[in-house]
Amino acid sequence: MPAAHAGETGAALLQQRCVACHDLQGPAPTTLTQLFARKAPDLFYAGNKYQTAWVAAWLQQPKRIRPAGMLYLDHIKPGVKRDMVDSSTLKPHMALNNDDANKVAHALALLKPYNDRIKAVSHDPSISPGPLGEMLFDKIYGCMACHQIEPDFGGLSAPEIFTAGKRLQAAYMLSYIRSPQAWDAKTWMPNKHVSSPNDQKLVNYIIELSKENFDE
Amino acid sequence: MNKWFMFLLATFSLTPLLLAPFASAEAGEKAKDNYRVYCIQCHGMQGDGMGLNIRDMSVQPRDHTDVKSMASRTDTELFKVIKEGGVAINKSSLMPPWGDTLSDDEIHDLVQYLRTLCKCKGANG
Ligand code: HEC
Ligand code: HEC
Ligand code: HEC
Repeated sequence: MPAAHAGETGAALLQQRCVACHDLQGPAPTTLTQLFARKAPDLFYAGNKYQTAWVAAWLQQPKRIRPAGMLYLDHIKPGVKRDMVDSSTLKPHMALNNDDANKVAHALALLKPYNDRIKAVSHDPSISPGPLGEMLFDKIYGCMACHQIEPDFGGLSAPEIFTAGKRLQAAYMLSYIRSPQAWDAKTWMPNKHVSSPNDQKLVNYIIELSKENFDE
Repeated sequence: MNKWFMFLLATFSLTPLLLAPFASAEAGEKAKDNYRVYCIQCHGMQGDGMGLNIRDMSVQPRDHTDVKSMASRTDTELFKVIKEGGVAINKSSLMPPWGDTLSDDEIHDLVQYLRTLCKCKGANG
């Protein structure tokens, strides 16, 4: 077995070790029954979504991204002042060695069924939110209700946003903010109808936020 | 093939194939499930406004079990705030618009579900 293992391609590793939890084929859930059955983020469009270098690094040292797990309602319990995360139900992610992580990351980067959606948006890194970024994210659009903008501030039902600029491609973020439902019909992120250029400003705010390295 | 086998085949393999797509397409999701997925993150597992996300929110979500405030709203008003969000009724943007997530029928069902949480009827109007 060891000799064969060394020659395995990333795609074979994905089939052996990841499909039990991650959907590598699509489509995304179209009913709540399917949503309830989804165990992990969909990876069938990973090449349209993630930064490959981040995937390779994260797989070697995985750290929690969603404070309340994939489907938050499976990991909460009533508390004294509010509902709380039930950490006893959350398990750490498997880690891969450097070689496997890089193979898998490159195999995932090839999964790009939605090039059309990415081409339909054009991210403009020059539209800076200036000091208004946090105000747009927190107050005007209320994004912080679900997303953390630093390790201990913000909502818990969605992925932390302070690492999103390293994790995700800018065009994906822009497209997702414009229509979360186009990517994931049953997602619990609402379409907030962010007008342009505020959508660009939010993406650039998220990218600036990730440079503060809150995760390190 | 005997009759019993044909019966099994028809009951267990054909029926779900024929019926399932129609059933889900026409009925939409159940209000209780929609409430669990989209609302309890802020309004709480008990619907009392004590959701997972509220600690750092500058405006707190409505307690859907509170008779006084819920009875003061008409069903039409509740429909509007769910579909278009807090901003549409001059309330906080922290209450999101759900019009791109839920169909009008599903939102009407949610209004009726809210009436079971507060055990109250809406104001006239
Ligand atoms: C036991 C189920 C399970 C298995 C097996 C599993 N994962 Fe995951 N994976 C998850 C969950 C749950 C998350 C979300 C983690 C979080 O939010 O903190 C996740 C997150 C990820 C992420 C980050 C993406 C994102 O948007 O959060 C990547 C990349 C990933 N997994 C790749 C893999 C690969 C590659 C394999 C196989 C080598 C694998 N996973 C095996 C459950 C699993
Ligand atoms: C009601 C909760 C909620 C609100 C409000 C919300 N989001 Fe989200 N957001 C989510 C969920 C749920 C996801 C996807 C979860 C997943 O993939 O596991 C998401 C995903 C994202 C992603 C992709 C993150 C990733 O790691 O995949 C970005 C970027 C994002 N949201 C930005 C925003 C912005 C900008 C706003 C405000 C305009 C906002 N969100 C408001 C719940 C919310
Ligand atoms: C991101 C957090 C959040 C989510 C998710 C959310 N709400 Fe709210 N909701 C609020 C907040 C905050 C208020 C209070 C707004 C105010 O008083 O300015 C509110 C208020 C309301 C009100 C009272 C409006 C009024 O007339 O005063 C209703 C009804 C309501 N929400 C229904 C829902 C339903 C139904 C869902 C799920 C489909 C939902 N909410 C999801 C945050 C949320």
